[in-house]
Amino acid sequence: MYTVPKLDDYSPGALDRAAAELLRALDDETTSLHNESDWRAFRDRWLARKNGVLTQVNDTWLKAAPGPAKRDVGQRVNALKARVEAAIEEAQGKLHASTSDAKLLSERLDITLPGIQRPIGVRHPVLRVMDEIVAVFKAMGYSIGEGPEVETDYYNFESLNFPPNHPARDTQDTLFISGQEQKPTRDRLLLRTHTSPVQIRTMEKQPPPVRIVIPGKVHRNDPLDATHSPVFHQVEGLAVDANITFCDLKGTLDHAMKTLFGSSVKTRFYPSFFPFTEPSADMQVSCIFCGGKGCRKCKFSGWIELLGCGMVDPNVFDFVKHNGYDSSKISGFAFGMGVERIAILKYEVEEIQLFYEGDVRFLEQFA
Amino acid sequence: MRIIAGWLRDFVDIPADDRQLAEALTSAGIAVESVQEEHGQTVYEMDLTTNRVDAMNHYGVAREASAIYDVPLKAVEPKLPAAKVPRAAPPSVSGPIGMTSLADQMEAVATSLETDTFPIVIEDAQGCARYTARIVRNVKIGPSPQPIIARLELLGSHSINSVADATNYALNELGHPTHAFDLDLLEGGTIIVRRARAGETLKTLDGIDRNLTTEDLVIADAKKPVALAGVMGGFDTMITERTRNVLIESAWFEPWTVRSMAKRHGMHTDASHRFERGADYGITPLACDRVAELILHSAGGGLHGQPIDAVARRLERLPVALRTSEVRRNLGVEISKGEIERILGRLGFGVMAAGTAAPAVDFTVSIPSWRLDVEREIDLLEELARIYGYNKFPNSLPSFVGAVVELPHEAKISRTRETMLALGYNETISITFIPEPEAKAFAGFEALVLANPLSEEAGSMRTSLLPGLLNQIGYNLNRGNSDVRLFEAGEVFERKSDRHEERRHLALAATGDVLPGTLHSAPQPYTFFHLKGDIGELLAAFEHQSLQFGANAQPYLHPGRSARAMMDGETVAVFGQLHPEQAAARKLRQDVYLAEVMLDRLFRHALRDPRYCRISKFPAVARDFSFVFDDAVTWEKIALAVSELRIAQVMSLRPAEIFLGEKVGTGKYSILIRAEFQSQERTLRDDEVADWASQVISKLQSLGGVLRAQ
Repeated sequence: MYTVPKLDDYSPGALDRAAAELLRALDDETTSLHNESDWRAFRDRWLARKNGVLTQVNDTWLKAAPGPAKRDVGQRVNALKARVEAAIEEAQGKLHASTSDAKLLSERLDITLPGIQRPIGVRHPVLRVMDEIVAVFKAMGYSIGEGPEVETDYYNFESLNFPPNHPARDTQDTLFISGQEQKPTRDRLLLRTHTSPVQIRTMEKQPPPVRIVIPGKVHRNDPLDATHSPVFHQVEGLAVDANITFCDLKGTLDHAMKTLFGSSVKTRFYPSFFPFTEPSADMQVSCIFCGGKGCRKCKFSGWIELLGCGMVDPNVFDFVKHNGYDSSKISGFAFGMGVERIAILKYEVEEIQLFYEGDVRFLEQFA
Repeated sequence: MRIIAGWLRDFVDIPADDRQLAEALTSAGIAVESVQEEHGQTVYEMDLTTNRVDAMNHYGVAREASAIYDVPLKAVEPKLPAAKVPRAAPPSVSGPIGMTSLADQMEAVATSLETDTFPIVIEDAQGCARYTARIVRNVKIGPSPQPIIARLELLGSHSINSVADATNYALNELGHPTHAFDLDLLEGGTIIVRRARAGETLKTLDGIDRNLTTEDLVIADAKKPVALAGVMGGFDTMITERTRNVLIESAWFEPWTVRSMAKRHGMHTDASHRFERGADYGITPLACDRVAELILHSAGGGLHGQPIDAVARRLERLPVALRTSEVRRNLGVEISKGEIERILGRLGFGVMAAGTAAPAVDFTVSIPSWRLDVEREIDLLEELARIYGYNKFPNSLPSFVGAVVELPHEAKISRTRETMLALGYNETISITFIPEPEAKAFAGFEALVLANPLSEEAGSMRTSLLPGLLNQIGYNLNRGNSDVRLFEAGEVFERKSDRHEERRHLALAATGDVLPGTLHSAPQPYTFFHLKGDIGELLAAFEHQSLQFGANAQPYLHPGRSARAMMDGETVAVFGQLHPEQAAARKLRQDVYLAEVMLDRLFRHALRDPRYCRISKFPAVARDFSFVFDDAVTWEKIALAVSELRIAQVMSLRPAEIFLGEKVGTGKYSILIRAEFQSQERTLRDDEVADWASQVISKLQSLGGVLRAQ
């Protein structure tokens, strides 16, 4: 064990040798520390006020130093003091590190075991797609509209240019509310067969210009099976202003489809018939699965029919003429798409009824 | 409907193959759904829109091809031998027919008929505007010639006999429904078009006896109805092998009359399909002559007398003014005047340059009799657009200045959906219809009932979202999905005496475990208090002064495990465990928890604005109180009693533990209550806390609580 020697020679060389010896002893002792109590004894031996090594150094070397050497010795002792304190601190750190390593090693988990999951719920795939479509049009400046599911004949048919008894009404498979016989035809209640009634409801409330997108639930007299549902969803759109043209209709829908399905998607339009638009069109998108090359999804045509649209028929404007809709001054376009159809395409769901059974094995796939 | 490509080429020289033609037609709105090769012929399966009844035949489709390819359309000109009595020359429909001149011509013919032996009387001019007829005598009924049979079979019709086939062939060629009667079975030598008389019956061609109403339009002879006008002929006057003499009917019946009649009798025929969509008023003589030509060709015999053409009223088609400025304003492009004349002319419209009287108008366009769907300038624009080609129009985006307006409740509904998702409920959509008894059982108000429901189980509009969710819970349990949490936001419907209401509700349904058992943790079953906690989480998002939970009286819920939540005194939610009897009736073998939140009421409250409250720098002190109470003393009463002490430093009060059992005694429970005291200003002193604790104790003792040893 190291003891502080008395110094006879206060020359720098002798002082260097004495300091080196002391530091060597310090090093030796730090290597033989195994636990906390070793370290404490070590610390006390070097730092204790009474008889600690540094105290002895102070007493034996500095106090005994002759006058001219005092300054040099004092500086050397201070430096040694700092070295000793640092060594003690370092020794403690090393000691802690080695014990906690062992402890942590013993606390090791198999992190490949499954975690505890607290599942969050999943948005319904149809509503998810509906939200996506609405967001696309919202970004194009369309406000959101809504209307009732139980409608009058007036809003669902008459004001959309379906005259009473018109064969076009047959295509809608309408569900009617009972007990309406006493009312005039236009006031009779039915379940809206499309979201288009909200076009008129919006124009009644608001003079042009109008830019509105209407998500909503509609009903038809189709029993639930693999390809039909009495309940489904549509997103309707309407834009009315001075100088809205057929080119604007095409451009708007083309832009929306590129946003929804990717910029490589193409659109094309075919003449169609809806009583409330003239000219009317069906819009197809290039197949989002095969890129237009032809696959099972698009029945090898390269195209998928997605929505109906057209320029608002002047007869429809006539029903809201009092609110600024003069068809000789303004024009507009309207479009409507089936949300389930898009969801079915997008997620490759085989049967529409899956959307309405609430099977969690189905729903949870759309997380 | 099917179209044979080769038949189209009888009328127009098409510079394209059959597949190219199919695509071109589809692009012009005459949709060819599929193209098939059958017996060496190209057959198109068509999918025509309801407004284009004029194109539901070969000549009509050929006319479209003539416009698309800008090639002439050949006229249909039946070659008839001279009749025994001289007659007027038959008209043809190769080009636009000026209705006025045609009608004048017909009137002349009709006048000359008065001397004929077979008068036609149109008693009902509203239902029947025109009735053209011809008589062919001495026919020999047999099979049709092979080319006719082959074409009919390609179209999917069976050959019947030479005369019936002639009417069917002409229908597919020209689109006009005609009918052939056995002349000798018509009594009294006359045809009368009239409404049926009360009590009259008619056996139609399909062998069914029909009871007629006074709204039915019939073709009658002197004694009896012989056909349902525009729908189906009569059984007793049909062509048979014994038929020798034939009366050909080619008439124009009014769409609504035919449609309502077809609906009333539940019949949908090729004839009614066309008449109810609007047949060609001008074609009746030509169709009649074409059928006559085919009969003479297939069944022999000879024409007898003149064509008979009774016109009860004329269908006037007003000419339409067309402005190129409107073409530009609506379609967004210029279509040259030459192109306009070419397209409309090929489609059979008469296009004349407008006079100087109306300088803004470029053309006056006369409308052909077969285009009942065209009556306005905008209709002409569609004709131009579709033949010009929709896909030739450039894409553009309209300019717009304005703000996007959200739905009034958008933020609230989003918040509600997000909360439910975060709480682990899957979003679902159930069918809007429920059985009438359930509509009653799940709501205290009257339901909207459907007049034509899908089924008895779907007889009523839902009054509650719960029956739909219960069905889905059952569906899941039956498939082994035992842990299910669902929510739906949707409308419920109430019938009021003179009106109805549609209100938005939210429903929750849960069964099984909240957290399934894992290697690390035991399963945590879903309980009433999970439900209550989730409701609390949802309601906390909305501003309110008070929120209370009261016992609930919903008959479909467990009477001891159900509640209502009242926000500022109004019930905003009912919830609890499904009544065991309801569960048994639905064969649900697990406890099911349900909640219905009246979003219409909840959404009258604003979304909660977050508020900051300073966090105390001083330590909190907890005190426990152990009491025994009668069961009648609920936690709500305990909490209320402590709050009545109005000790501002009570930061929280909660039930820490509850014990039941023999030691406590029946009808009683033991509860450990933990209160926390804290001040914003300073560290609390022991004597203060001791004082508040003794106030709490004496207050709880006043509720009948017995303090247990501390």
